[in-house]
Amino acid sequence: MADHAAPAEVHHHVNYVRIWQILLALLVVSVLGPMIGIKIVTLITAFGIAVVKAYLVAKNFMHLNVQPRYVVYILGTALVFMLLFYAGTAGDVMKHAGDNWHKVYVEPSATEAAPHH
Amino acid sequence: MAEHATPHPAHAHEAHHEEGWVKKYLWSTDHKIICFQYMFTGMFMALIGGFFSYVFRMQTAFPGVEVPFYGLVSAAEYNGLITSHGSIMIFWVAMPVLIAAFGNYLIPLMIGADDMVFPKINRLSYQIFLLSVIVLLSSFFVEGGPFGGAWTAYPPLSASGAYNNTPLGSSLWLVAVALEFVAFLLGGINFITTAMNSRAPGMKLYDIPIVVWFIVIASILFMASVGPLIAGAVMLFFDQNIGTGFFDPARGGDPVLWQHLFWFFGHPEVYVVLLPAIGITAEIITTFSRKKLFGYKVVLNTAIATAVLSFTVWAHHQFIAGIDPRMAHIFTITTLLISVPIAEMMFVFIATLYGGSITLSTPMLWALAFIGEFLIGGVTGIFLGASGADIYFHDTYFVLAHFHYTFFPIAVIGTFAGVTYWFPKMFGKMMNETLGKLHFWITIIAFNFIFIPLFILGAAGDHRRIYDYQNFPQLAGPEYFFLREMATIALIVMLLAQVLFFVNVFISLRNGKKAGRNPFKSNTLEWQADSPPPHGNFAELPTVYRGPYEYSVPGRADDYWPQNAAS
Amino acid sequence: MRPIATTRSAAGIPTGLLAVWWVLASEIVIFGGLLGSYVMYRLAHDAWAAQAEATNTWIGAFNTFVLLTSSLTAVLAHQAAEHGDGKLAAKRLYYTCIGAATFIVVKAFEWTTEIQHGMTISSNTFWSFYYTAAGLHALHVIAGAILMLFVAADAAKGRELHRVELIGIYWHFVDIVWIFLFPLLYIAK
Repeated sequence: MADHAAPAEVHHHVNYVRIWQILLALLVVSVLGPMIGIKIVTLITAFGIAVVKAYLVAKNFMHLNVQPRYVVYILGTALVFMLLFYAGTAGDVMKHAGDNWHKVYVEPSATEAAPHH
Repeated sequence: MAEHATPHPAHAHEAHHEEGWVKKYLWSTDHKIICFQYMFTGMFMALIGGFFSYVFRMQTAFPGVEVPFYGLVSAAEYNGLITSHGSIMIFWVAMPVLIAAFGNYLIPLMIGADDMVFPKINRLSYQIFLLSVIVLLSSFFVEGGPFGGAWTAYPPLSASGAYNNTPLGSSLWLVAVALEFVAFLLGGINFITTAMNSRAPGMKLYDIPIVVWFIVIASILFMASVGPLIAGAVMLFFDQNIGTGFFDPARGGDPVLWQHLFWFFGHPEVYVVLLPAIGITAEIITTFSRKKLFGYKVVLNTAIATAVLSFTVWAHHQFIAGIDPRMAHIFTITTLLISVPIAEMMFVFIATLYGGSITLSTPMLWALAFIGEFLIGGVTGIFLGASGADIYFHDTYFVLAHFHYTFFPIAVIGTFAGVTYWFPKMFGKMMNETLGKLHFWITIIAFNFIFIPLFILGAAGDHRRIYDYQNFPQLAGPEYFFLREMATIALIVMLLAQVLFFVNVFISLRNGKKAGRNPFKSNTLEWQADSPPPHGNFAELPTVYRGPYEYSVPGRADDYWPQNAAS
Repeated sequence: MRPIATTRSAAGIPTGLLAVWWVLASEIVIFGGLLGSYVMYRLAHDAWAAQAEATNTWIGAFNTFVLLTSSLTAVLAHQAAEHGDGKLAAKRLYYTCIGAATFIVVKAFEWTTEIQHGMTISSNTFWSFYYTAAGLHALHVIAGAILMLFVAADAAKGRELHRVELIGIYWHFVDIVWIFLFPLLYIAK
């Protein structure tokens, strides 16, 4: 599918194909991770690898390392606001009970998605 | 289209002189025309929103009586009227006029550019906005009428047609709001990129006029906060129409999530509209007191601090919604903190005025009124920001009076300040000062007579969103109704006084004194262009040598020093 | 006819590039809100694990492979454009679009199968999020591919080559969103 050009002849370009190969290897690891069965391993391989992949794409494909610094700050700030949103909301939405309150609702049973469209 | 032979001198636009009316006014990519499109649309929507407020206040003050020019107000209609009033005033009046209109007009002119960086996207953003207007207005004519679940659209009321009785209106409302968000995202990117990149040579960051900074910061604030609500709007739309249960407890959803998604945007949103109004005030105050802004960098950093802090206060709208009390503690502290930077900006304005050579022109009156009225709004917010007090005040008219004492200065006073100030630049004619001052005084006095009674009523226990207080015996006494009637009559007076404004615009356009380039002797770059500026704005794009507020510089013959004056 | 304003770059980078970064910032907030909401719900509802079992990890992995590869072709297109070779850049952009199309077709089959087995958007709130999040992402894939076709058409004629980088950056972002969606919906069930 990919048109494999010769590895970049200009020195300051990283080899894109090499990065792609690393990404694919990471993909394989993340798919195999859950097969080990240990929950914490699955989480690390799934999300840890996702973070690494995202970093590689951002740095090498988007060339974030050569953009002016403020671009990183703009994107980083957006990300920080999302974490802030999560922190402020999760206390209510993610939990079932808290300081003097608890949620009263019925968890739809797991069989709710039986095939009757 | 003509090609540019040389980069700097004006474009030769012979081709444009033959433009038809449609291309020039409806299909234009010129930022000044797009400003007018937004402004006229916004003002048209203000008339609709204002009319609705007249209708529902008449119902509140004289329940069950036929309202002149409308008829009897049913309970369902009442909900639709208040929902529409709130939504229209915030999304289709304050935002288009303060941000889209003034931003479009002022940013290229004040930074010495010939247009926005993406003129076609600018046009597209207005067209999407217009589409949102049409969608919203269409909701008035569908079965069930316009959405009646309050502008905050809390589910389950907003998610279920069985509850809100306006199934079609609800979805149309949601689509209209979503379209409006897209329009402002597009427009915002245009503003930010233009201000960052297209400044005149020599205009450093701290030479940018405060109003430009503030509109740009507001655009960034909007963009950074609206995302979760767009996600939430998609979820609510699905809940309304295809039976998902994102906010339905019976399906594992959580209505409080909507509240968080909404207010995470909703609170920064009020600063999104506040900052341009403060910016406009800054420009007017410096020009009409012939004085430098007391602390340019302070004001700028304060605005940025406010913008950041505004992301940390949102749950003060949810104190009694069942959020965790530990969250309520945190949000109380942050909410009380945020009053500090705003107060600081007010102090900077007062310090700017002090010792200045003050002219009480119509724009200056509006700017001063903004400071005074907004202060009242701000301090009453302190009562509401304290979670303990809010337990009593939430959902009473006290809240309503608080936010009208903030929103009205922002949306109405700020707009009139800006329009009366830049009218000579926009149209080449001076406005009539007598009419302007008459309009000002009647509007301001009437405004206070509307909302001070509402503070009193709210503290006395008047709930919000009540169709007929006769159903609440403890709130139905004659002294209560007296206050409601006073507020309503003051509203009618205020609405009628706006005729003065339109008359002023009309006669000024026809017979007003011709305005030169710089009738108020101001420093900023827009006053160096012709009045009105031609397509391309400047005969020769300016170079900047100094900041925007060099007034009354010692040793100079003139008390002003335009940014692009070579010496 | 471009205003002079568009050609200035007081911030140090071209206006188109600056604008794309702001577009990404706004998209981070949109997807962040949606995915954050999903994570909160998922952590609150252990029962969803039973539903999430039914997502097909192999299809998800294949689609991840497709998107990663399309990101490669996109950045190679940018490299070609940097060297002024519009035709090569256009060819590589077309490969990227083929990747996009593959992704969408695979997803269409995936969803059809799931819907036929009763896992519709309204059957369970897990599936509501599944279709909404992946659907919003897919819309961005489609929109990006369409824009890319226009940029490629121009590039083939040697015009507006700077836009190859811009559409590439947008495309990498779409890829990064999927990089996080994949574990959320397919692995860490």
